[in-house]
Amino acid sequence: MKRFTLFNATSLTLGFAFLYVPILILIVYSFNSSRLVTVWAGFSTKWYGTLFNNEQFLDAALVTLKVGLASSCIATVLGTIAALVMVRGGKFKGRTLFSGMIYAPLVMPEVITGLSLLLLFIAIGIDRGVLTIVLAHATFSMCYVSVVVSSRLVSFDESLEEAALDLGCTPFDAFKSVTLPIIAPAVISGWLLAFTLSLDDLVIASFTTGPSATTLPIKIYSAVRLGVSPEINALSTLLIGAVTIGVVAASLATKRAAVHRKRQEEMARQAEG
Amino acid sequence: MSNDPFQSWEDPQATPLIRFENVTKRFGDFTAVDNLTLDIYEKEFFALLGASGCGKTTLMRMLAGFEQPTEGRIILGGQDIAPIPVNKRDINMMFQSYALFPHLTVADNIAFGLKRSDMPASEIAGRVEEMLKMVQLSQFAKRKPHQISGGQRQRVALARSLAKNPKVLLLDEPLAALDKKLRQETQFELMDIQEKLGTTFMIVTHDQEEAMTVASRVAVMNAGIIKQIATPDAIYERPNSTYVADFIGEVNLITGKIASGTEKSCKIAWEGGTITAQPREKLAKGTEVRFAIRPEKVAISAKKPAATNAVQGKVHDIAYLGNISTYHVQTETGQIIKAQLANAQRLSRRSFTWEDSVWLSWTDTAGIVLTE
Repeated sequence: MKRFTLFNATSLTLGFAFLYVPILILIVYSFNSSRLVTVWAGFSTKWYGTLFNNEQFLDAALVTLKVGLASSCIATVLGTIAALVMVRGGKFKGRTLFSGMIYAPLVMPEVITGLSLLLLFIAIGIDRGVLTIVLAHATFSMCYVSVVVSSRLVSFDESLEEAALDLGCTPFDAFKSVTLPIIAPAVISGWLLAFTLSLDDLVIASFTTGPSATTLPIKIYSAVRLGVSPEINALSTLLIGAVTIGVVAASLATKRAAVHRKRQEEMARQAEG
Repeated sequence: MSNDPFQSWEDPQATPLIRFENVTKRFGDFTAVDNLTLDIYEKEFFALLGASGCGKTTLMRMLAGFEQPTEGRIILGGQDIAPIPVNKRDINMMFQSYALFPHLTVADNIAFGLKRSDMPASEIAGRVEEMLKMVQLSQFAKRKPHQISGGQRQRVALARSLAKNPKVLLLDEPLAALDKKLRQETQFELMDIQEKLGTTFMIVTHDQEEAMTVASRVAVMNAGIIKQIATPDAIYERPNSTYVADFIGEVNLITGKIASGTEKSCKIAWEGGTITAQPREKLAKGTEVRFAIRPEKVAISAKKPAATNAVQGKVHDIAYLGNISTYHVQTETGQIIKAQLANAQRLSRRSFTWEDSVWLSWTDTAGIVLTE
């Protein structure tokens, strides 16, 4: 075991402080009773109350949720199909180009993606609103899903699918009843990733949105330009809480499943020996 | 299985269950299977034996339907199976990795194929029960594949592939993942099950011992072609080529020329003298031949024996294998000839040791004359 030296302790503290102090400040000030963000005037939960009476924020939250759900579902379906083609398609002409093009949006500046999508929507004459944000989000989060799912497919034993065909499945049935249940954890985490990306995207959403659809990040950003209000702090705290619960729950579930599986494998080995 | 009354391949009237007709399979420039013709009869336990990359797995996958032949036809029960997709073929396969579905229980794995067949739902549970009983896994029905041992997984895979009662069961290196003891037990289990069900089994393996143990006939494959098809004893005792003789078990190969000969007997001149042997046909004088003899058919003695063929040499090396020892004897001309002796006595009472001068001898029927 490594020694816990002063140097280690200091760098660890500083690192964590750098990461979490701003968030902590935000959370603390969301319970501030003063209207001024920087002056502490006592504990209060009143900003949470006004938040839930603010129709604009509630509308924006609803839009964000709708966009997130729709775009992540589309992205998951498309990304999974793309991953299947990339991993299973074997060698076909232009495979390298195709795979490069799937992953390119990962490194593409968001401004470019947003601008080009905006130009496209104007060119084909779609009214900008919820639909265009959904399409834009599905486009850029699809490649993340594809990366997550294809890394699982690489280690997928293809003879499982062959066995399903051999036992009388049609190719679609084999995918549905064998491949999909086995890669489901990767597909679900791909979906979660896409949903999260959609939830906190500001740049692409502001390029592709119209007057009828304001997402929460856009709302927060425009509100902050008029001055940071404690309401925003409260809203952000709620978002942080939701994300934290989600992440912790997901990792606990994975860990428990792994421990459970390991114990059972151990039992099987002992039964054999 | 030489005492088996069933030997359809000897019967010219019998129609084969499976027939490969001039089948060729190419992957790009590589020819995996080369103009191959092969008949497999009903109820056979047929083994395809060969080193890796010899085309045996490709041949099996074409029969299963995972690959299409580039040229030629595959006929199953009188019908060309090229247009039949893999899921409609009356053939099931047991995969080398077992390919058990990890998200389903043992019972659901076995029921998987039945649920997709025309078997009424009410009969499926009974059939699963029957299969579980056959492989002695009834008490593990509710377990998932990762909750049972490797040997048990192998049996689940077998039960699953036999559940639909296919015409042909293909086994792709079915025992490769098991340790030696378990493998030997399982070989006998496989033979019992095959005999009981009467299903045609086709096994692909690189393990010659396994092929010889389980199969009624063995096909030795190399570079996409079949070198020899015969019963295990014929493959061992009467190989038709140097490749087969060398591939199966240990063999001494002596190169020489026919000095004189009739249909019944011939003399082979080699650098260490003359060998009298029985050829399969009359060979012309001067024909280049290889004389192949198994080490266990070579006798070793201190004094010159009265046998037809005898050659003197020195013990160069001894490989002690417990039950037997292989003596590597170097003749005066430098050729190494291996002779095997059963260790009927304890090691301390061994008659020969390193550098001893010994005589090797064999009868005129012990070896075989090969021209290929």
